[in-house]
Amino acid sequence: MRAIFADGLTREFNGLTAVDHVDLQIEKGELFGLLGPNGAGKTTLIHMLCTILPPTEGTAKVAGFDVYKEPDSVRTSIGIVFQDPSLDNRLTGKENLDFHGRVYGMSKTLREKRIDEVLKLVELEDRASVLVETYSSGMKRRLEIARSFMHHPEIMFLDEPTLGLDPQTRRKIWEHIQMLNKQEKITILLTTHYMDEADYLCGRVGIIDHGRIIALDNPKKLKDQLEGDIVSLEVPQPKKYAEIFQRRKYVKEVKIVGDYLYLTVTGGEKAVPKMIDIVARHGSKVRSVGCRSPTLEDVFIRYTGRGIREEEGGIKEQMRAHVRAHMR
Amino acid sequence: MSAQAIYVLWLRDMKWFLRAKARIISTIVMPFLWLAILGMGLGAVTQIPGVGNYIDFLAPGIVAMAILFNATMTGVSVLWDRQFGFLKEILVAPVSRISIMLGKTFGGTTTSIIQGVMLLLVAGLIGAKMPDPAGFLLALLFMIVLAIGFVGLGLAIASRITDPVAFPLVINFLIMPLFFLSGAIFPLGMAPGWLKAIAYIDPVAYGVDGLRGVIIGVSEFPIWLDLAILGIFSLAMVLLGAYLFKKMSV
Repeated sequence: MRAIFADGLTREFNGLTAVDHVDLQIEKGELFGLLGPNGAGKTTLIHMLCTILPPTEGTAKVAGFDVYKEPDSVRTSIGIVFQDPSLDNRLTGKENLDFHGRVYGMSKTLREKRIDEVLKLVELEDRASVLVETYSSGMKRRLEIARSFMHHPEIMFLDEPTLGLDPQTRRKIWEHIQMLNKQEKITILLTTHYMDEADYLCGRVGIIDHGRIIALDNPKKLKDQLEGDIVSLEVPQPKKYAEIFQRRKYVKEVKIVGDYLYLTVTGGEKAVPKMIDIVARHGSKVRSVGCRSPTLEDVFIRYTGRGIREEEGGIKEQMRAHVRAHMR
Repeated sequence: MSAQAIYVLWLRDMKWFLRAKARIISTIVMPFLWLAILGMGLGAVTQIPGVGNYIDFLAPGIVAMAILFNATMTGVSVLWDRQFGFLKEILVAPVSRISIMLGKTFGGTTTSIIQGVMLLLVAGLIGAKMPDPAGFLLALLFMIVLAIGFVGLGLAIASRITDPVAFPLVINFLIMPLFFLSGAIFPLGMAPGWLKAIAYIDPVAYGVDGLRGVIIGVSEFPIWLDLAILGIFSLAMVLLGAYLFKKMSV
């Protein structure tokens, strides 16, 4: 039996298709990442899988139960960390966990034992009896993670688990996620728009854009598809040079992103001087140059023709970030 | 339905209530001002036929007022939970919506009763007539039924209105007329016919009348009738609240 199975899962909001016929199979024990820009449909997909949003079309099974027909069975089998905070700030850390234990039907002795265990795992024992409003954002996130696996779920959903956290805290959260997957044997589906996160943590990554999964494989294979190095060139007329470079043998693919050319090139280090020469011969100057091994971002660019981060910074997203910063 | 879930939602409301000292004080102060200023001010020039002192007449009405406002404002906690994301934690838990709604109802009812009783005691301190023990128990019963009804109404509204600024406005818009028409501050028996006709479809009127009946022994209608009508109203509100709560999305 698969942990998560989605067949043609679709969700529309007033004629806008947020999730568009997604098929997904995630095996037990996987640590699976959904990578995509904001607004790609990641959260909508998670909300459908964890039963709080009914699909417009298609079906999904989580832990073997239909998300629409057997929501209660799904709910007892899963743990969720939502993208936005979901703690009661006016209760202490321990009280938040106790609340959770009770609504998940855990007995008093089990609750007490488990609260101590999970607090220890996320290293929050000292702050257990303090009101959550005094926690830092990283501590709140850790408490949410502790809460989400307190009732021994088979499957966990983590929606942007490290959004807005500093690098050190992100590392810490990554350790917790790996621990849950390896030690507690929990199947994990996480969403992220940080490619390093998907690359570092996930055994398989699905790249999602405009509600569709456009590529799915393990991170290494996804990157290997590009077969070469990524050279970025900042040049005055990117369109013109794109055409010129396209004709070169060592250039496999050219994408224009803003003033930059992203070229997939075999033997990057040797190709770069040649390319600079070509630009010089056409009477222009290369403003900046970069050469590196491909990342998942490049995979994303290859499939969509634009960067993951480009769509950030919309007004709505800024407001949310603002609210989040104030609430955490 | 899960007793555990109902209990923990109630428990959470209790914890909040006991921690928010400012809230307890402010919800007592407003009705107290009504009681003290209106009671003493009008009391100096007004005698209610068949009752006597105006403050004796007014006290049960103000107790009803405190319960009315506190109970309806229970809905605000749903809005806050939505705003701060905690509602998602509740709604994704494997418990029925009806348990959640009942837990909230019991929580709101309990805090309303505490405030109603506190206000009744304060009224006694400033000289209003107090019930005998049997009357007190009956008053408690009326407070409970009244509170349940208006918590239900508040939750029903909260499941539809998501704007935390609009919610108190809607509540005031709704509750103020119900309060003024209820006969809490003037005797309905002597009001003009049209006013009386409107007041008789106001459920709060039966709550106030019943409370007055059991606290000072004077009422327009038989007490059992007050209780029956109020009971039907409260049941309807709980069902409405449960129905709308069930349809609510995050």
